Amino acid sequence: MSAQAEKLDVSVWRGDSDGAYQTFQVPAYESQTILDVVSWIQQYADPTLTYRFACRVGMCGSCAMMVNGRPRWTCRTHIKTVVKDGAVQIGPLRNLPVIKDLAADMDPFFDKWVAAGGVHAPSGSRYDPIEPVDPAGPERTEASAGIECINCSVCYAACDTVAGNADYLGPAALQRAWTLYNDAKHDARESILDAVSGTGGCHNCHSMGSCTVYCPNELDPMSAIAGLKRETAKNFFRKRG
Amino acid sequence: MLDLRLYMAQRISALIMAPLTLGHIAVMIWAVQGGLSAGEILGRTQGSVFWFLFYGTFVAAVSVHAAIGLRVIVYEHVGISGKTLTALTWAVFAVLIAMGARAVWAVTAGAGGA
Repeated sequence: MSAQAEKLDVSVWRGDSDGAYQTFQVPAYESQTILDVVSWIQQYADPTLTYRFACRVGMCGSCAMMVNGRPRWTCRTHIKTVVKDGAVQIGPLRNLPVIKDLAADMDPFFDKWVAAGGVHAPSGSRYDPIEPVDPAGPERTEASAGIECINCSVCYAACDTVAGNADYLGPAALQRAWTLYNDAKHDARESILDAVSGTGGCHNCHSMGSCTVYCPNELDPMSAIAGLKRETAKNFFRKRG
Repeated sequence: MLDLRLYMAQRISALIMAPLTLGHIAVMIWAVQGGLSAGEILGRTQGSVFWFLFYGTFVAAVSVHAAIGLRVIVYEHVGISGKTLTALTWAVFAVLIAMGARAVWAVTAGAGGA
């Protein structure tokens, strides 16, 4: 690819949920990310283009968008991996309300994160002695599997169950719940099982696995949800036993 | 939409259905080996408490399982929710259990020895 010789046809969502795609001609560069392309449009073609990003290095989870219909973290995805016949389509995240252009309203995503019991409740205070946690223990291994979640909402946008069931808590919130359930230093572990057993809870998951396929950090929310189903089922019999 | 109670009802009904289905198929294959006619089979099932419980349990499990499964599909793909969805779930259950009970009664009630 010679610098600036090639142009990409980039169609970008404009407006709110009633908007439409608008196409821009963007020069192609080496090592160009999707976020670079969106930023080029905003800086050189249309300064009114609204989008969201912060760290640009895959840490903050701000810049996720739909790219050719698939959710991706745009700062860590090279445009050359997604371009088809010199064209690419970029839209706001699926399953969330659109604020404007490429900025989706993340409120439902974070509200569900809290509803699933995702807020940490410390089991001790700074005055208590530090309890050792074996990093290789079975519970901590389960908890550690999910702690690299950056809350980018890629899994939430990928989830077909969320698409069909607006009440469903979604993969990220349930994975967070599973992480805290296995955290020895979380003080509200039993209430998590109640929080994920309601009408929008983990039992609505069809195990289609889009969350695990699309997670940019290669986490496995589907297995975390399976863990919640297992524990709630065991608890169901314990309560009656 | 699908809480723990419904989830457990669907999973437990599946656990009940699985061995009964295998038993049904195994007995069917075994029974026709010797060339049993429908009449001869009915002669063995009618009046049998065992086959009444076998197929009665199966029909009850199917009715629960299918009603909850259809509830999920209708909610996610048609968008029906709330009381209408609950009514529909019960209606599916009622139709399946009524039709199933009629079939079980026809096959296991009446003359014949256990």
